[in-house]
Amino acid sequence: MKLWKTILTAAALALAAGTSAFAARTDLVIGVTLEPPHLDPTAGAAAAIDEVLYANVFEGLTRIGPNGEVLPDLAESWTISDDGKVYTFKLHTGVKFHDGTNFNADDVKFSLDRARADNSVNAQKGLFAAIDTVEVVDPATVKITLKNPQGSFLYNMGWGDAVIVAPETADTNKEKPVGTGPFKFQNWAKGSSITLIKSDTYWGAPVSLDKAEFRIVPDAAAAVPALLSGDVQAFPFFPDLDSVAQVQGDPRFKVVIGSTEGETILSINNKKPPFDKLQVRQAISFALDRKAIIDGASAGLGVPIGSHMSPASKAYIDLTGLYPHNVEKARELLKEAGFENGFKATLKLPPPPYARLGGEIIASQLRDVGIDLEIVPVEWAQWLDQVFTKKDYDLTIVSHTEPNDIDIYSRKDYYFNYDNPTFDKIIADLNLTSDEAKRMTLLGEAQKILADDAVVGFLYELPKAGVWDAKLEGLWENAPIQANDLTKVKWTE
Amino acid sequence: MTAYLLKRLAIALVTLVLASMVVFAVLEIIPGDPARLMLGLNASAEQVELLRNQMGLDAPLATRYLHWAGGLLSLDFGRSYTYSVPVIDLVRERVVVSLPLALIALALSTVIAIPVGLFSASRRGRAGDTIAMGAAQLGVAVPNFWFALMLIYLFAVWLRLVPAGGFPGWSAGVWPALKSLVLPAIALALPQAAILARVTRSALIEVLHEDYIRTARAKGLPYRAVLWRHALRNAMIPVLTILGLQFAFLLAGTIIVENVFYLPGLGRLVFQAITQRDLIVVESVVMLLVAAVIAVNLLVDLSYAVVDPRLRSRQ
Repeated sequence: MKLWKTILTAAALALAAGTSAFAARTDLVIGVTLEPPHLDPTAGAAAAIDEVLYANVFEGLTRIGPNGEVLPDLAESWTISDDGKVYTFKLHTGVKFHDGTNFNADDVKFSLDRARADNSVNAQKGLFAAIDTVEVVDPATVKITLKNPQGSFLYNMGWGDAVIVAPETADTNKEKPVGTGPFKFQNWAKGSSITLIKSDTYWGAPVSLDKAEFRIVPDAAAAVPALLSGDVQAFPFFPDLDSVAQVQGDPRFKVVIGSTEGETILSINNKKPPFDKLQVRQAISFALDRKAIIDGASAGLGVPIGSHMSPASKAYIDLTGLYPHNVEKARELLKEAGFENGFKATLKLPPPPYARLGGEIIASQLRDVGIDLEIVPVEWAQWLDQVFTKKDYDLTIVSHTEPNDIDIYSRKDYYFNYDNPTFDKIIADLNLTSDEAKRMTLLGEAQKILADDAVVGFLYELPKAGVWDAKLEGLWENAPIQANDLTKVKWTE
Repeated sequence: MTAYLLKRLAIALVTLVLASMVVFAVLEIIPGDPARLMLGLNASAEQVELLRNQMGLDAPLATRYLHWAGGLLSLDFGRSYTYSVPVIDLVRERVVVSLPLALIALALSTVIAIPVGLFSASRRGRAGDTIAMGAAQLGVAVPNFWFALMLIYLFAVWLRLVPAGGFPGWSAGVWPALKSLVLPAIALALPQAAILARVTRSALIEVLHEDYIRTARAKGLPYRAVLWRHALRNAMIPVLTILGLQFAFLLAGTIIVENVFYLPGLGRLVFQAITQRDLIVVESVVMLLVAAVIAVNLLVDLSYAVVDPRLRSRQ
């Protein structure tokens, strides 16, 4: 056995030395946990679609950068009218789709009109709601007129759901995506992997990688051996948080803990008694020990939050001190609300570990103040049906991973059943404001109201643990949107 | 023999029709709307309704059943909601992984189990038997996902002989494809072999008590020849039954091992389809599996007749 191992190691080393002597590698295998249902970012909400295609295969007018900033993409520049209602985009010229056809303003008009059409099933149709008309001025200029000024319009155009597609290929993108990006689609072995290769006709800065394979590794326990064996060289969203420490000690790998836009919350049905009482909701907030939840459900990596905003965001204000862990205070509030002897409720938990593990901890914490929770595990499909659509729930745990989504609390008929005209007014104002400083003030106010009202139990920001080969650079540290942008990725030796 | 065969076929057909009704009804009853799942949290109720309409989900249950079952008759398995490709294409892609894997695992398990069973039965109660059966007990008890991980750490991480998982596809060449099936096949085969070895042993022990064995020995036939020619053949019926059951399991029940090795097999297709509420895929694949199980059972019934001439002449 020993001799075998020596021979094999020698052979492997010889092989490795032989290849690395020439040039840096140009291929990469990236591990992803979920397989996308299809490959059209404009036709589905699944984050797994963007994780493969965003910025790699498809591009929009604008794009979101590694730290959540809005960057120019297919639009090289733009001007905004003084009333904030007319956006004129100057497009890059000489851009080609992967099928060889030219990109121009007509494609922009087609894509945006398609996304906002009556029969559109774009999962983020709300992004386009403010658009009144899209006009082609000349092949390299598009004029978009809005119904009302919208502060987040340029950001909205950077979502994966707003990428530009060609009329000829729009209907077949689900199977064979055709975009304008630096990589073109090569092959999808269903259940196994999706392969992209470098596009020779790319208009922008050329990429270093010739080939990128997204390999689907559904089992968290398989992620570590996949890395150790060298089969997979990067897990930008490493699924096995408990094993992060194990990989951290290994010099062959780099471990990067970054932020996401995933506010993980204990959602509360605000209309259902006794949760309609402010004291009850505040009591729940006081009963939660965020530190214990973060340690138990995210291997200690999550960042505590006090309202619905990512700590990585510019608009973030720290409200975690509003409801410190205080069992006495929680009991007092429950007594004021008339529940001296506590009450019973259910806690519905979707499948992700943050919910299932966090749920057990939260149930025990609430039991300490007299709230007796019955844990009901549900599948995603059931969760969407019972909790999200029918609002048949008391409490649930979920991570809201959409970026800048504080407006969900103002949506009519949203599953929180929260209704506060003051809050709605702030969000309405926010939508009409494009002045950066004013927006920050409004976002701050919005966060405070949600925290004061203890609308939900704010837990922590979902961590992003990225693990990849130490010789690899250019992968995103944070996840302002769920994407694996490979445009700057390269091997250093 | 023909009447026997016809009767078996008729039963198989009735089973298929009943199974199709049960499968369809059960899946339509469980909560979860495929359209909502595809559109996610930000889509409005009207949009979900629109997509339901486009997917044909708003038609009455009976209409949809007849449409689906009618399609099955003409071997049209429908189109996947999520992938929007014909279900049969998805199945074809997966069968080329699952079927070879099941066959290799089955062959491996038989090759290990029969000799071990023979060895144990012929040394009943002695040290060799105790060791072999102890090992078999361990084989049954060890969870296969744990065993799979141990195999991965040994052969993929430490020795780097085979990949830790994944399937390159047969287009990458027969050897690379087979290489990626070796560990999963071992992980699947060992627990099955353990069960099969125990069944073989006990069936053999029972047979070895029969009079004709004593007769064969008395007429001077060597023990080894008696064991292989007379005893094993007569002990085959329970062994074949177990083999048939194991094949059905190996074809679709290997979801855990498929997950650990991230193999794109049938089990994972069904599992993914269930979580995504891709009902048409679940329904059609389950029906295909029902058909496969029925076919395997039919084959096992026929093979009884091959090993046992009495069954052949009975009808």
